[in-house]
Amino acid sequence: MTDIRSDIASRVEDACRQGQALQILAGNTKFFYGRKIQETPLSVLEHSGIIEYEPSELYITARCGTPLNEIEQAIKTENQILPCEPPHFGAAASIGGMVAAGLSGPRRASSGAIRDCLLGVEIINGKGEYLRFGGKVMKNVAGYDASRLMCGALGTLGILMSVTLRLVPKPQHEQTIAITLNPADAILKMNFWARTPMPITATFHDGRDLYIRMAGSPSTIKRFADKVKGEPIDQGDIFWTNIKEQAYDFFLTDEPLWRILVPPSTKPLDCPGSCVMEWNGALRWYATHVKAPAIHSIAKQAGGHACQFRNQIDTQQVFHPLPSGLLEIHRKLKRAFDPQGILNPGKIYSEL
Amino acid sequence: MSTSPSLSKLVKRFCRILPKHAVLSEKEQLYPYECDALTAYRQTPLIALVPENQKQIQAIVDICRELKIPIVARGAGTSLSGGALPHAKGVLLNLAKLNNILEIDLDNRTATVEPGVTNLAISDAAKRYGLYYAPDPSSQLACTIGGNIAENSGGIHCLKYGLTVHNVLALKVLTIGGEILELGGKQPDSPGFDLLALMNGSEGMLGIVLQATVKLLPEPHSRKVLLAAFNCIQDAGNAVAAIISSGIIPAGLEMMDHFAVKATEQYCSPGYPKDAAAILICELDGFEEDLTDQVAWVQKILNKHRPVEVRLAKDKQEEELLWKGRKSAFPALGNLTPDYYCMDGTIPRKHLAKTLEEINVLSEKFGLRVANVFHAGDGNLHPLILYDANQEGELEIAEELGSEILQLCVKMGGTITGEHGVGIEKLDQMCVQFSPAELNTFHAIKSAFDEYELLNPGKAIPTLHRCAEFGAMHVHRGRLPHANLPRF
Ligand SMILES: Cc1cc2nc3c(=O)[nH]c(=O)nc-3n(C[C@H](O)[C@H](O)[C@H](O)COP(=O)(O)OP(=O)(O)OC[C@H]3O[C@@H](n4cnc5c(N)ncnc54)[C@H](O)[C@@H]3O)c2cc1C
Repeated sequence: MTDIRSDIASRVEDACRQGQALQILAGNTKFFYGRKIQETPLSVLEHSGIIEYEPSELYITARCGTPLNEIEQAIKTENQILPCEPPHFGAAASIGGMVAAGLSGPRRASSGAIRDCLLGVEIINGKGEYLRFGGKVMKNVAGYDASRLMCGALGTLGILMSVTLRLVPKPQHEQTIAITLNPADAILKMNFWARTPMPITATFHDGRDLYIRMAGSPSTIKRFADKVKGEPIDQGDIFWTNIKEQAYDFFLTDEPLWRILVPPSTKPLDCPGSCVMEWNGALRWYATHVKAPAIHSIAKQAGGHACQFRNQIDTQQVFHPLPSGLLEIHRKLKRAFDPQGILNPGKIYSEL
Repeated sequence: MSTSPSLSKLVKRFCRILPKHAVLSEKEQLYPYECDALTAYRQTPLIALVPENQKQIQAIVDICRELKIPIVARGAGTSLSGGALPHAKGVLLNLAKLNNILEIDLDNRTATVEPGVTNLAISDAAKRYGLYYAPDPSSQLACTIGGNIAENSGGIHCLKYGLTVHNVLALKVLTIGGEILELGGKQPDSPGFDLLALMNGSEGMLGIVLQATVKLLPEPHSRKVLLAAFNCIQDAGNAVAAIISSGIIPAGLEMMDHFAVKATEQYCSPGYPKDAAAILICELDGFEEDLTDQVAWVQKILNKHRPVEVRLAKDKQEEELLWKGRKSAFPALGNLTPDYYCMDGTIPRKHLAKTLEEINVLSEKFGLRVANVFHAGDGNLHPLILYDANQEGELEIAEELGSEILQLCVKMGGTITGEHGVGIEKLDQMCVQFSPAELNTFHAIKSAFDEYELLNPGKAIPTLHRCAEFGAMHVHRGRLPHANLPRF
């Protein structure tokens, strides 16, 4: 296996010296996410392969270009999964891209986000320096948590070279059930259930029906399925893969697709367009032509934030605008990792 | 009486924004703040302030920024790394009076609290709704949420439910610049960089936490507690790895070595087999139906590792007794020794047995006893070095032994601190774990928030200069020259 770390480091070093901006690329499956930028491409896809995987340690360390598929296959044979159930959005999806994008899947509300299972990273910063933060163990408070800063930063703070992620055992058995409920009632129900011990590992509401995935022994599942009075559906696995990968009908729209995050119990938003929900109501996808400032204000009023996920109309403000004080700290942090501003500049905000 | 004119001026200035009784500058008033739970380091602050609300804190920060006076925030002062050690020329900011629970949001399962609220008070307030706050440091009766966030504290149940960083949803943070940052929220994820995660474990060096919103979880349906005793510590270590790899994540999985077991038995008779080389306490939680299977499964695994005994607690009383022993281990060992020094390294689980062996070797080499009580499930060791501070030089030997234990943890692929923080104590070991470029990045992060290094200066991140000195000293394995001089 080729180790292209030093090549990449020296390319970044050169770029830093010349003030030449770089666009970091791997599988390019999430090209649609974030602001559009066009800089000299730097591919890290070749830096691939699992470095360390020990099932009893519940972690995996892999080079950034390792296909997400390869990782999920490897851990599947040991009956383990990534707790955050990340979307791939294409066969070429890489583990580094997953961390950089920071997008979690259906299991998010029950077993945490990508940042929650991120244990450590190795990066190359904007000066071409090789740095390691975090580690392989879950408990680690030495130094600031610079590894979680990388999650969702879309490559603006450093080029992820390898990542270490915490794994969890695959649930023995899962079953999905469906109930017809209007959105307001679905929100009430999901959040009522979440207050009690329930074996729920995912929820999805398509506007008409509420889908609930439960995990546990067949007898536990049966008891709770009876309690919520739902109908079991077949092939739950395929169903959730379609939600996660946005292959479900709703997502195949040409309309701008918004990702709105709100406190889970928030009532249906007063926003024109069609909507589906995940994560007990905390994640609301909207297909709508409403203008960006209006949506940002709706999300903000509900105590949340919104991002233009696909089919953007306003390519300037893709992510929710930051208050000026917070943006200033972001700017300074960006400089701390990338003084010349050469790594994916403008990918999140034009100022970064 | 304080004599320094600048001090009296300063007192006057603070008295304009705070009630008189909240401004402490007399020697005897400052004495209680002299140290945190790491008592080997002591320093009284110039002045201690006890604000009662956010406005007062903002006014304090404005003055300190203007006059470039360092601020050390303090919750309950239970830090084990000297994180809350005052600065000789600074303000000690006692946040204990900000102890209101502002909201329990049942629908979103969150609690919003002021920084001085104790860890246990949150669970107590949530209890009547059947909810609780998961991270449970042994100090939970006393320690505050502000301190927990600053240290990213853990507890027995972190194996399954995560550390503080996994359970804090939103923070209101006051920067030294006087800006209030709202980080995170009741909604998942946040736009921009994950500053919420960055604040956790930042040891009060990036901002002052004014308010926190934490996640509340429903009480589990049911619990079971198992005890297993072994004749050899390797067997116990291997049993831990076998349980975790079998697809079960216990709510807690703790281990105690022979010495700790004996001390605890003497102290509170939890019913541990006195002769065991090691014991494991394993708590499982979940749904009744699933638990029966899980318990049987774990028993089977334990039995494969040559235990001398495997015992399932019959009732709640016995469960509590088994946990009581583990939770009293520190005081129990404290009974046997004038002083102890608690380490906090973390290693990958697979190296448990080997690391313990090497700790034994080091213990013999330095001639000090070491007891081991730890969170086995997540590889977080708490070797307790027993020493007597009244014996000339013993503290220094204890510190040197501690330092070698931490370096051993790094060598094993682990870290120098799992949950207690670097503070003032592990600055030298940071030089072992991180490269100069990495340390520089930390300094740059600090500087993004606090350019003049006014918040808890000199903690957590060593200067490169200090590391160079430590490296040189380390080669010679000598005593620190001028050991009492600050080396920031
Ligand atoms: C007997 C005992 C058992 C313990 N068990 C555990 C355990 O099981 N797990 C564990 O993780 N730890 C444990 N600890 C360590 C300690 O209790 C934790 O680190 C705790 O989180 C400290 O909280 P505190 O309120 O006492 O903070 P303090 O000691 O007062 O302060 C700790 C740090 O937090 C900063 N700080 C405090 N409040 C704020 C604020 N509002 N904003 C910004 N910074 C702030 C301080 O400046 C300091 O750096 C134990 C300690 C003792 C004495």
